[in-house]
Amino acid sequence: MTLTESLIADGTPGTAGFDVEQVRKDFPILARTVHDDLALVYLDSAATSQKPLAVLDAERAYYELHNANVHRGIHVLAEEATGLYEATRDKVAAFIGATDRREVVFTKNSTEALNLVAYAMSNAETTGAEAERFRLGPGDEIVVTEMEHHSNLVPWQMLARRTGATLRWIGLTDDGRLNLDNLDAVITDRAKVVSMVHQSNILGTINPVERIVARAREVGALTVLDGSQSVPHNPVDVAALGVDFLAFTGHKMCAPTGVGVLWGRYELLEVMPPFLGGGEMIEIVTMEGSTYAAPPHRFEAGTPMISQVVGLGAAVDYLTALGMPAIAAHEHAVTAYALDALATVPGTRIIGPPTVEDRGGAISFVLHDDAGRAIHPHDVGQLLDERGIAVRVGHHCARPVCLRFGVPATTRASFHLYTTTGEVDALVEGLHGVRRFFSR
Amino acid sequence: MKLDSMYQEIILDHYRNPLHRGLRDPFDAEVHHVNPTCGDEVTLRVKVSDGVVEDVSYESEGCSISQASASVMSDLVIGKKVDEALELEREFLALMQSRGTAEGDEDVLEDAVAFAGVSKYPARVKCALLSWMAWKDATAKAVDPAAATGASVAAPAPAGAPLDVPEQEKP
Repeated sequence: MTLTESLIADGTPGTAGFDVEQVRKDFPILARTVHDDLALVYLDSAATSQKPLAVLDAERAYYELHNANVHRGIHVLAEEATGLYEATRDKVAAFIGATDRREVVFTKNSTEALNLVAYAMSNAETTGAEAERFRLGPGDEIVVTEMEHHSNLVPWQMLARRTGATLRWIGLTDDGRLNLDNLDAVITDRAKVVSMVHQSNILGTINPVERIVARAREVGALTVLDGSQSVPHNPVDVAALGVDFLAFTGHKMCAPTGVGVLWGRYELLEVMPPFLGGGEMIEIVTMEGSTYAAPPHRFEAGTPMISQVVGLGAAVDYLTALGMPAIAAHEHAVTAYALDALATVPGTRIIGPPTVEDRGGAISFVLHDDAGRAIHPHDVGQLLDERGIAVRVGHHCARPVCLRFGVPATTRASFHLYTTTGEVDALVEGLHGVRRFFSR
Repeated sequence: MKLDSMYQEIILDHYRNPLHRGLRDPFDAEVHHVNPTCGDEVTLRVKVSDGVVEDVSYESEGCSISQASASVMSDLVIGKKVDEALELEREFLALMQSRGTAEGDEDVLEDAVAFAGVSKYPARVKCALLSWMAWKDATAKAVDPAAATGASVAAPAPAGAPLDVPEQEKP
């Protein structure tokens, strides 16, 4: 019996030891009602996850008991605050399989983490020979994929414009996977950096990172992985993936907004030029010039987002206690259930892989009325909201994907550790209702 | 259902059978406006003769509200003097910014009063305004090409859109 079959057979999602109803009790917001008395059905976790009490408590306790600026001052509170802040660095390192805590850099979010690398690369132009690997100019190439979130596309477009390098990309197949047929032609020895998404926020596709990394290494290109949608849902091990950099954001993994992570191999961070200058990132400052601190502090200019980092630490503890393999298995089961359930709604076209293999719990689709006319996602989302169902509509900051599939926008339902099959049922019932409304 | 205040039958009628759709010649100005948060787009042409809006034609892609609004808007302004049509635009904008507190003057706005319910949904106000802002921009260009300012392509937000309308959430 497969996981999915056992799930449907006993009607309770999840795997042994993972009790979704128990998990839901940790998230106060899931118990609220909307539009007066409707139960909230939150299917927008790819936009942001909800937060468990443990995270809320950690932030509150930080401010109530330990608030001070970090890495400066020699009083009790400063030391406690610094201890809490730095403890998260250890937790995050362990969470992603990093062996060296100095490889974990706190940023505002994934977007800032990706921009950090892109700006460091253009700053390499004015630094010493040690930053050679980061330097690029006309004739060099930057490679991304056609399924990037704008946050892993626009910074590289901007870098190409600043340096004269050329942007290239790996295209997509009709079922929303990377077309690797011409991989060797796209990633050539002109490539200096290959940046790709691990799990697409719009298609749900989980990409074959190892294969692309192997090719990038062959040609000596740096590799950057956008793990915004993978780290919150699956066990991610940077050593096993073999990438040079990994960017992800706290708020999609039960942590507060305002904190993200750039992980990078230490030998690369050690020679990477800084992005933002200011306090905390320096070594010696004179009026004529400055030398910079060692990583990670070189990349953490200014007072950081301390309470959010503390909250991220609590989120990592929370996810680790539940077990990322168990969370991944639960979401895999819900995703399989949802793909089957959506197939029962007439006029539904999935934009992305139609099966659960190598895909995560973000499902984009376009709905059509009885006459075969597409119902605009904005209208779908509005009518679902009327039933208390929260989904995302639009191009999901991945407009090139919409262009590739010839749709102006999609409706996206996305899941997390607290999503139930009952919520998927509510979505399906809601979609039948939307079709009735627009087919009348 | 509460939503019926937004999805008025008259709006759904215009959505299913839009008026004046399709790009036509001749025209004095053409603009392309987008709503970057939801992917709605409109390409719109205006022909002005002797101070009168002689024709408005458009191709658009978007939700029922934005599609219906383009239909209602074009039907309302075609044949009107430019000044009168601009006054209608101000009336409609005020209605959309009313957050559900205004009903609109049916003698003035005709079918466009059906959008009064949309003003209760801040995320949808931009949908209703998209074609109006495109028309206003195109008309300014048609009347005085030299005075027209701003990019005609991919405007980040329609000029004159209510500043207090919240942006939609990020992905």
